[in-house]
Amino acid sequence: MQGGDEQPSTASDQAPGVGENEAAGSFATYTAGLAFALLLTGASFLVSQTHLLWAPGVSAGLVVLAIAQMGVHLVFFLHIGTGSDNTNNVLALAFGVLIVTLVLSGSLWIMANLNANMISPSATMEMQR
Amino acid sequence: MSAHAGTAELAGSIPMVPMTTARSGGGPAPVRIVVAYGFWIFLLSDIILFSALFAAYAVLSGQTAGGPSGHDLFGLRHVGVETLCLLLSSYACGLGVLSIERRHLRGFYLSFALTFVLGATFLGLEITEFAGMTARGAGPSRSAFLSAFFSLVGLHGAHVTAGLLWLSFMVAQTVVKGPRDFVRRRLLCFSLFWHALDIIWVALLTLVYLMGAR
Repeated sequence: MQGGDEQPSTASDQAPGVGENEAAGSFATYTAGLAFALLLTGASFLVSQTHLLWAPGVSAGLVVLAIAQMGVHLVFFLHIGTGSDNTNNVLALAFGVLIVTLVLSGSLWIMANLNANMISPSATMEMQR
Repeated sequence: MSAHAGTAELAGSIPMVPMTTARSGGGPAPVRIVVAYGFWIFLLSDIILFSALFAAYAVLSGQTAGGPSGHDLFGLRHVGVETLCLLLSSYACGLGVLSIERRHLRGFYLSFALTFVLGATFLGLEITEFAGMTARGAGPSRSAFLSAFFSLVGLHGAHVTAGLLWLSFMVAQTVVKGPRDFVRRRLLCFSLFWHALDIIWVALLTLVYLMGAR
């Protein structure tokens, strides 16, 4: 595996992150990613500071914008795309997203339930009397 | 006879066949791909670590114990500048890796100097914010909300600090050893790390600052 490793440039020395002869990893890709990211960040600030969206829907709007921006970062900066050499990366990402979703939604769900079923300290004192 | 030779060959190399792609044309994947993949797995585990702190923050964000809430504490202009610094730093880092792949050493040093300056500016702004909050009596020990806030945002800040140290080390290594294969592999890993920190900041900005300041 280490053979030929120290040569300056071999034909097989390509990673999913940076391809020289592919669209992935070129200057234009990074610049497009930066433009999209700036646009989405600006939209997030706008939505949170103005009454552009119906007030109860602002949180949902912010979450959608954040997920869109994470997608932009993944595709344009980390180059996690749909290419055939990218399958392993995408599968690992899908597993990570599954765990993150379980941790986040599970914690919120369980804690909301516990909170709703909690007896307040004043009520316990009433019972002790 | 060719069928014979074919089966004999297959028997010797069966484990390798499904692992290769059409492009690499057989044999194990190149070191660079294996390294980047392994580092990607590490980054995902780091994101899972953050998700636990995000969950803790989401549960505790309302528990201010009579102290200040996010609405009283967060300055969105300050946070906007921080976001811009981190985003541009990520962009500069990507350009630096492109330069080193094309052996443009001058472009690489320029981009990574910019990455460092922008990252350090972000860190300075965050430290200013933390110091200001602590001075106003809103330190991590004030309420459950502030404990969760400082551990979540502080962990991100600690990652940025570690990234800046790693960046300095990698630039020194490039000066000494030149753009050799193993140096460029490490630089690729660093750029993945730096971009992943930006992704975590997007989640932080939305959940903590934009939703908290409303």
